[in-house]
Amino acid sequence: MNSDLRTFKNAAWLGWQMEANWTDPFLFATYSVVKPLAGTLILVFMYLVITHGETETAFFSYMYVGNALYMFVADVLFGVTWVIHDDREHYMTLKQVYIAPIRFSTYIFGRAAIKIAITSFGVLLTLIFGVLVLHVDINLGAVNWPLLVVALGLGLSTLAIMGLALGGVTFLTAKHGMGINEGIAGVFYVLSGVIFPITILPGWAQSISKFLPVTYWMEGVRRGLEPGVMAQLGPATGLQGFSDLQLMLILVLAAISFLFISLRIFKYADKIARRKGKIDWTSAY
Amino acid sequence: MTETWLLRNLRAVKGRAYPRVIGSSREPSWVIFDVLLPLLTVAAYAYIYKFMKAPEEFVGFVILGGAMTAFWLNILWSMASQLYWEKEIGNLSLYLMAPISRMSILAGMAVGGLFETTLRAVSTLVIGIAVFGIALSLSNPVMLIIVFIVTMVALYGMGMMFASLYLLFGREAYHMSSLMTEPIYLASGFYFPVKALGFWAAAGASIIPITLGLDALRQLFYPSTRSEYGFLPMGTELLVLSILCVLFILLSKLSLDYMEKLGKTSGRLTLRWQ
Repeated sequence: MNSDLRTFKNAAWLGWQMEANWTDPFLFATYSVVKPLAGTLILVFMYLVITHGETETAFFSYMYVGNALYMFVADVLFGVTWVIHDDREHYMTLKQVYIAPIRFSTYIFGRAAIKIAITSFGVLLTLIFGVLVLHVDINLGAVNWPLLVVALGLGLSTLAIMGLALGGVTFLTAKHGMGINEGIAGVFYVLSGVIFPITILPGWAQSISKFLPVTYWMEGVRRGLEPGVMAQLGPATGLQGFSDLQLMLILVLAAISFLFISLRIFKYADKIARRKGKIDWTSAY
Repeated sequence: MTETWLLRNLRAVKGRAYPRVIGSSREPSWVIFDVLLPLLTVAAYAYIYKFMKAPEEFVGFVILGGAMTAFWLNILWSMASQLYWEKEIGNLSLYLMAPISRMSILAGMAVGGLFETTLRAVSTLVIGIAVFGIALSLSNPVMLIIVFIVTMVALYGMGMMFASLYLLFGREAYHMSSLMTEPIYLASGFYFPVKALGFWAAAGASIIPITLGLDALRQLFYPSTRSEYGFLPMGTELLVLSILCVLFILLSKLSLDYMEKLGKTSGRLTLRWQ
């Protein structure tokens, strides 16, 4: 246990150094702000082009908040798999970390934890920008804090666990395997009601949506953060029939299931990678 | 310039392009990772336009933009960052010792990258068209090919210039590429007509060849939207793109020479893991 904590702490520290010490703090802060804001503004401009400037609608707030929260999905999945790619292909230190007397998955989670922290900063800034500049409907007095905190915690844990499975797959794929993150995150982007309610998807796609934990996570966090917007949209979100408690139970079940599945995938991929000598391969052609 | 010199450099171009071309067939998993899965993000943008009841052309704009992201990502991660990665894995010193022009290496990277990325972009476009049932006008195919080629030459010229500029970067290279992803998607109007940014913002973004190239391609594929959503007349866009072609290739040569000299004098050309 002590060894795991030490591994986690040192991996997180290493992750922070790798993320942040390449430049001065001011430039790093600017970088951390510009990137997420630009990503969100793409969607804002798409919306503005069609609506000719109307932003004070429930749908705009729904879309904006969903897109801000999606940063967690993309960055947590990416954070976990990037550790393997980066250490293997770029720094070529994966084999040294691998043979060190530590639990490898703890090392990965430690590195990813710092990514979550940096992403949280980006999400927070994006939401503040939305409220102040674009009049996104978030009222701090109306926020359901217990629901928000529990949903956020459960969702982030599930995402990190899912990232572990993708990390296992990254062991076995060449450099373009990094597309796995974008692809899996893309599945959630389309099917989990991130920027539009799942009710506009074809019936078969809605059925898939209801199997994805991110769908319930998005709904839960939105209910916590913008209860007014969710009440206005009502049945349009497609998940109105679920109570808050049911949403949380689904997230708990998802976390437990994915923990089991991800560990199995990771161990299997690890075994194959060792057998095929892929732990320290490089494919930077 | 002798015939031997020319042949040697052409062989260098071929040699550097080869692993990228052949890599596409040896690792077929790219079809899933680089075509099918990224298409999902494009699909999300297409659905949001559908949800907002936007004109049908906007779904086409998104598919085109989504296909073109493959080129921009290739510029950032496989052109701009490449010499930096080559330095990290120890190939750069071999390139510098070889009796060839450094430009041949960059050109080979560009040719190979263009080949593999065109495959990906076309796949994305074809699947996007099939899935969303969008109709594209092909009334002026010659102009379409000219615009595409000029855009690609300018874009890869820019990539060659970035590659040499990145040579002096350490870990900043990764962050620089990362920083130039979403902000450039925004500035270049990958998912909406760049005209929406306003004239001066769009004009500023036109330094990135893909901005005008994508706008011109949209005008060609959707001639009926030209007056409402086109940024500049197509002739003007083609002219600016042609100027960018010459400018970026020239600048890439100058910056490569300068950075190599600077790298040698500061002893950073073979410095790794900074």
